[in-house]
Amino acid sequence: MLRFAGRRFIFMIFSVIGATVIVFSLSRLAGDPRNLYLGVGTTTKEQYDAWGKKFGLDKPVIVQYFIWLSKAIRLDFGESLLTGYPAFTRIRTHIPATLQLATGAWIFALMVGVPLGIFSAVKRGTIWDLAGRTFALLGQALPPFWLGIMLILLFSVNLGWLPTSQRGGLDHYILPSITLGWIAAAGILRLVRSSMLEVLDSEYVKFARAKGVSNWTVITKHALKNAAIPPLTFSALLLAAFLTGTVITETVFAWPGLGRLVVIAINNNDFPVMTGAVLVITVMYVSVVFLLDMTYAFIDPRIRYR
Amino acid sequence: MAEEALTRVADTFGPRFGVKKGYQFLRRWPVIPVAIIALLVISAVFAPLLSPHDPLKNALRDRNDEPIWMAESSGKYILGADFMGRDVLSRIIHGARISLMVAAVAISTGLLVGTTLGLVAGYYGGYVDEIIMRLMDINAAIPFLLLALIVVIVFGQSLTTLMAVLALSNWGGPARLVRGQTLQLKTLDYVALARTSGASDFRILVKHILPGVQSIVVVTATLQVGSVILTESILSFLGAGIPPPTPAWGSMVSDGRDYLGSAWWVAFFPGIAILLTVLAFNFIGDWLRDRWDPRLRQL
Repeated sequence: MLRFAGRRFIFMIFSVIGATVIVFSLSRLAGDPRNLYLGVGTTTKEQYDAWGKKFGLDKPVIVQYFIWLSKAIRLDFGESLLTGYPAFTRIRTHIPATLQLATGAWIFALMVGVPLGIFSAVKRGTIWDLAGRTFALLGQALPPFWLGIMLILLFSVNLGWLPTSQRGGLDHYILPSITLGWIAAAGILRLVRSSMLEVLDSEYVKFARAKGVSNWTVITKHALKNAAIPPLTFSALLLAAFLTGTVITETVFAWPGLGRLVVIAINNNDFPVMTGAVLVITVMYVSVVFLLDMTYAFIDPRIRYR
Repeated sequence: MAEEALTRVADTFGPRFGVKKGYQFLRRWPVIPVAIIALLVISAVFAPLLSPHDPLKNALRDRNDEPIWMAESSGKYILGADFMGRDVLSRIIHGARISLMVAAVAISTGLLVGTTLGLVAGYYGGYVDEIIMRLMDINAAIPFLLLALIVVIVFGQSLTTLMAVLALSNWGGPARLVRGQTLQLKTLDYVALARTSGASDFRILVKHILPGVQSIVVVTATLQVGSVILTESILSFLGAGIPPPTPAWGSMVSDGRDYLGSAWWVAFFPGIAILLTVLAFNFIGDWLRDRWDPRLRQL
């Protein structure tokens, strides 16, 4: 187990470094940030060079990368070109909004996906099942940005019930959470449904029924408890998936989170914020996947020897 | 299953109208999805002939003109006009071109690279396998949307960049599956026999192993079409797709976003086009998978 964990951990570090190399070199391919931020003609050669020295732009790209990496390990990502604040502070202050949104979406996904999944498995072959499966299909095919805009159109523009954008009271969370959580809800629904169907067909459920246990007790006590494992592990992975999905949702709802910060940084070639944020997001994502791998390996020892 | 419920409904009302037969036919063959895709392909190929207006021509007098069935419509535009007076329907028809072309190129490139890497990794094993596997890990670790946005900024907004970026997101899945299948196939006797009779590695890979991974490749390709079209629309929406004014569904939704209060149809209809297209391709993909290769269920 320890050997397996160590191996996976080294691969994980490797992927993160690979990711930063790619993002860093791409940011340099976009051109010297000095040309973007210092006006042509208005800056003297001295100012240009001084700026280069300040941000380390006067050295070869490979050297720049290693300087960046050694600082990044100490969580020093440099200063934002756009605002002048330390990039790490900018990133850190934007994380809570994203985490709150992800939590909202997670709650929505579970609240919708689990009951609908159970319902469509128990009432298999009825109109409820059809409704559940339609929802699952729509989850895969609905463009998330369009869903968000349509929710705004219905609930904010036409009905005037909910705010259109930005962070605020609890009502500000409803539409963005639904938008971000929709695909996940559909995924959970599918998993709960198939795993419930499998369990409902098992010998011990048949035995419980034969003993005369009531339908409700069979479903909640015997079936649901055993059917819950795959959806639970999946929902952990969701948190990782939300980190990328959040870019779209935050753009639609002008949500002041990490996703929107990165988009703005990318559009302005604000490379300290951009590379820093990509690093943070990648590390969070890879860690969740790593933890999940470990959980699986712990539960099912065969995985360790693959 | 839901089908049983519907068959029951069909049983009750059916015999006289042949509803049951019709329903069973629809269950067996993906008629509706094929019809949608056929419509899409026809619109894409004959776009200039089919579209009632020039998708790029502004008519500022007709800004945000209502769809034909609404009270204040000028009657000129079936699905209304956008904020520059361009016909929404014509733009959707032309948008089909972009979506289909981008999906076709991105998927075939991704498959070519993915299948080759998967074959090589699975067949040779050892260091080659290790390197390719680690490349897949890195590919899976980078948040794709962010990478795509960065690439587009670096290389500029263009059709080629868009296709390349989407291909980049698409080689990992097929590579992993093809590698797995190759690992199994290469241990079979007929491969050993081919080797003892002096066939080169290249010949074995192409003649003996490639046919064995064929169904996986075709099924994953169909299953990917929907998600590639969806991703393309997301990139277009975020402003990283085809440069304007070329119509793409995602950017049309984005255009309509600022006029939700006054002209909802500008954002609404392109979204419906994306939804129907993705649904249709997903249906066909599922159908193909169930028919050809039920082992791939977990995909």
